[in-house]
Amino acid sequence: MNTVMEDGKPRRRPLKQRYPLTVLILQRLGLSAGLLLAVSILIFGGVEALPGDFAQTYLGQSATPQAIANIRSQLGLERPVTTRYFEWLGNAVQGDFGKSWASGNSVSEQIGKRLGNSLFLAFCAAIISVPLAVGLGMLAVHFRNRVPDRIINIISLAAISLPEFFIGYLLILFFSVKFGVASFPATVYDGMSFADRLSAIALPTITLVFVVLAHMMRMTRAAIISVMSSAYMETAELKGLGAFKTIIRHAAPNAIAPIVNVVALNLAYLVVGVVVVEVVFVYPGMGQYMVDAVTVRDMPVVQACGLIFAAVYILLNMVADLIAIVANPKLRHPR
Amino acid sequence: MANMLSVRNLRIGATVYPPGEAPKDIEIVHGVSFDLERGKVLGLIGESGAGKSTIGLSALAYGRGGVRITGGEVLLDGEDLLKADKKGIRQIRGARVCYVAQSAAAAFNPAHKLGDQVIEATLEHGLMTREEARARALYLFNILGLPDPDNFGDRYPHQVSGGQLQRAMTAMALCSNPELIVFDEPTTALDVTTQIDVLAAIKNAIEETDTAALYITHDLAVVAQISDDIMVLRNGETVEYGPVQQIIEAPQEDYTKALISVRQTKQREARDQSQALLSVNNVSASYGNGFKVLHDISLHVPRGQTLAVVGESGSGKSTLARVITGLLPPTDGSITFADEDLPAQHKKRTRDQMRRIQLIYQMADTAMNPRQTVGQIIGRSLTFYFGLRGRKKKERVQELLDEIEMGSGFYDRYPAELSGGQKQRVAIARALAAEPELILCDEPTSALDPLVAEGILDLLMRLQAETKVSYLFITHDIAIVRAIADSVAVMLQGRLVDFGPRSSVLSPPFDDYTDLLLKSVPEMELGWLEKVLATRRMESAGN
Repeated sequence: MNTVMEDGKPRRRPLKQRYPLTVLILQRLGLSAGLLLAVSILIFGGVEALPGDFAQTYLGQSATPQAIANIRSQLGLERPVTTRYFEWLGNAVQGDFGKSWASGNSVSEQIGKRLGNSLFLAFCAAIISVPLAVGLGMLAVHFRNRVPDRIINIISLAAISLPEFFIGYLLILFFSVKFGVASFPATVYDGMSFADRLSAIALPTITLVFVVLAHMMRMTRAAIISVMSSAYMETAELKGLGAFKTIIRHAAPNAIAPIVNVVALNLAYLVVGVVVVEVVFVYPGMGQYMVDAVTVRDMPVVQACGLIFAAVYILLNMVADLIAIVANPKLRHPR
Repeated sequence: MANMLSVRNLRIGATVYPPGEAPKDIEIVHGVSFDLERGKVLGLIGESGAGKSTIGLSALAYGRGGVRITGGEVLLDGEDLLKADKKGIRQIRGARVCYVAQSAAAAFNPAHKLGDQVIEATLEHGLMTREEARARALYLFNILGLPDPDNFGDRYPHQVSGGQLQRAMTAMALCSNPELIVFDEPTTALDVTTQIDVLAAIKNAIEETDTAALYITHDLAVVAQISDDIMVLRNGETVEYGPVQQIIEAPQEDYTKALISVRQTKQREARDQSQALLSVNNVSASYGNGFKVLHDISLHVPRGQTLAVVGESGSGKSTLARVITGLLPPTDGSITFADEDLPAQHKKRTRDQMRRIQLIYQMADTAMNPRQTVGQIIGRSLTFYFGLRGRKKKERVQELLDEIEMGSGFYDRYPAELSGGQKQRVAIARALAAEPELILCDEPTSALDPLVAEGILDLLMRLQAETKVSYLFITHDIAIVRAIADSVAVMLQGRLVDFGPRSSVLSPPFDDYTDLLLKSVPEMELGWLEKVLATRRMESAGN
C-alpha cells in the first residue's frame, strides 16, 4: 500500500481533487444563483397566473371596460409576459423593484424600512433561541434519558406542534388581555426608543422562539450524542483528559458542523416564517406588507417580497452548506 | 524483579438490558489474576465475549459502556488503581498506562492533526515541553517506520492509510514513556501484508522503549510472535496461563489445544478440475462513476468443488460475486453457468437460474430480517422456488435445520436470539433450501471466532460431500484456503494474479504477490516474525 503512495509521481489530478474545497464552494455559489433565477421565474409566473386583476380590484365592480383597459395600458400590462419579465428582472438586479400600483411609491424604498423591521424581529428571536436551543440540547444530553431530558423534549415538542398563530393568540390572550404586561399590537415607528421597540416586539419574538426552538434543540442533542459515542472520545478519556477539555477539544470541533447547519436552516425559517407572526401581531414588517399587497393584487410589491424572501432563504441555506463544507477536515485537507 | 502490574482476583460486572425484561447485573469476568514485569509482554487471548478487552481496560481503571469493576485489585507498582479517586486515575491514564484501540481510524479525532493528537496526553500531564514531545514523536515515527516522519505529524487521520494510523496510534501510546501499554487487537482490522509491518513495528518499539504491554487478540499465531507470556481466556475465566513456549508447544488444556489445531486441512484437493460448472470469461466491471473495479477476470468453478478467491480489502473479490449474481452487470465479458450463458442482469434471469446460485454473506446479522423467525427465513426460499406451503414447508425446514445441526427447537426463534455461528448456519440453511448447484460464500467465517468458524467450515465441507454443491469461497484468510480449496484464485487491485489448482498456486514457483501474501500470514511458530523479517532484510540487501 505504502509503496504505491511513496513512488507515486506528482501526476496531474483533476481540479476537483486538487482543490475540492474551492470547487465545492464555487459549485454551491453557482447553484444558489441558478436557484434564485428559477425562483424569480416561478414568482413572476405565479403572480401572473393569480386569478383576479389589479385594475378590476382597484376600480371596483362598476368599472367600464374602457377604464380597465386604460389602467392596464398605463401599467404596461398589454405587453408580452417575457418582455415584462426581463424588464422586471433587469431592474430587480439593480435593486429597483418598480413602483407600487396601489400607492405609486417606490417599492424598494418601502421595502427597505419594513425589511429592517422584519430582520430586527428575526434577529431578536435568533439571539434568544440559538443559545437557548444549544444550551437545552447540551442539558438534555447531560441528563440523557432522565427526567430533565424528557421534560425538555416534551415542552419543545409541544411548542413546535402548535401553529405559530395559535401560540401568538394565546400569548396575546394571557399577557396583554388578562395580565396586561405586554403591549399589543406590536406597532413600531420611527423615533421610537430602543427599549420601547424591544418591549413592543416581546410577544412576537417569544412566539418565533417557540417555533424554532424544538428543532434546533433536538438536532443539537442528536449531534452531541453521536459525537460523544465515537471512539475518539474514549481515546481522549483514556489519555487522562478532564471532562471539560474532552468536550471542548474533541467533541466541539466535530459537533459544530451539524449544529451550525440546523441553526442556519432555522434562521432561514425564522425570516420567512415571520409572515404569519407579523400579521397576528400587526407588526409593520415585510410579511404584513406582502399580505396586504396580495389582497389588492399589487403585483410589483408581491413579486419583490417573494424574491427577497427567496433570496434570504437560499442565502442562509447556502451559508449552512458552506459552513458544513469548511468544517469538514476531509475537504479542507485533501489527500 | 518486582511486578509492575499485578492483577489479583479481578471481577468485572455489567448491567444488561434484555428486551422486555428488567435490567439485571451479570458478571463477565470471574476472578482473573496475572502479573507483568517491566519490559515484558503478556498476551491475552480468547474468543469474543471472553472478557479480554474488559480485562485490558481495567489496567486503566476504565469500563466501557455499562461495564464496571466489581472486585479484586489492579496494582500498578503496588498501588491499587481501583482505590484511586477520579483525579488519581486521570493522572495515570495517558501518562503511565496507555491504550491502543483496535480501530485507529475511529480512535483518532478527524478534526485534529495526527501530531497534535500524538503528543496531547504527554503535554496534558506536563511530562515534556512541546518541543521535547515533538522530538519524541518524531523519534517514534522513525522507529515505527512511518513514511516521511518529519511531516507525518502534520497530516490528518483521513490522509494516511489504515496501517499507518495503527502505527501512529502506537506512537501516541508510547509518546509519554508509559510503563504499560494495552494493545487491544491492534492488527485485527488490517490486511495480512499490512499486519506484518505493524506487528514488526510494535514489537520493535516495545523493545526499544522497554515498555511493558498487554497484547489482546483472538489470533494465537499473532500473539505467539510478540508475547513473553500468554493467558488463554474463556467466558471471563482463565483457561491456561504460562510462558509462550509452553502454551504453543505443550498446551495443557483441551481448549488451548483446540485453538492451536484450528485450520488444518479438511479436504484433499480434487484431481479432475476440468468440468466447469461456472465460467467467468474475460469479465470487467465498473461502478457507476466509471471507476473500474474488475479487469479482465477469467476463471471457473469445477462441479462439486471449491474455488477459493483470496485477496486483500479492495481487491475486487466481493465485486466478482456481485457480478456473478447479476447485481452488478459486467461492462465486458460473459458468465457461463452449466453450459449456458447467464444474462448479465439478475432481472433478466429466470427464477430457476437464480435458484441454482445462492449467496452467503459475511454478516449473517444484516442479511436476515430481524422480524422473521428462523422458520420464516428458511421457509421463504421453499415457497419462492418450489411453492411449498403449510405442513410440507414446515417439514422441509425441519430437515434443513437438522442438516445444519441445529434441530427443530430453533424453528420459532428470532435471529436476535441466536449466536453468531448459529446465524451463519441459518443463512447456510436458507441457501440450501433453494437446492443450489453453486453457493457464493462471501467471507462467511471472518466475523466468527476461530472455533466457531471451524464448525462452519466443517459443515460446508460435509454438505459439499453430501449434495455435490460447488462453492466460490471468498476469503482473505490463506489458512482457510489451505484447508478447503480445490482451486485458488488470487486477486490484487481488481486483477487476477494467479489461478489454478491449490497445489500449484500455493507451492513454488510463486507469483510475486501470492508469495508476499503467503509469507505474511502469521504461523503458529515461535520466532516466525523474526525469520520473515530477517529474510526480508537479506532480500533487500541482496537487491
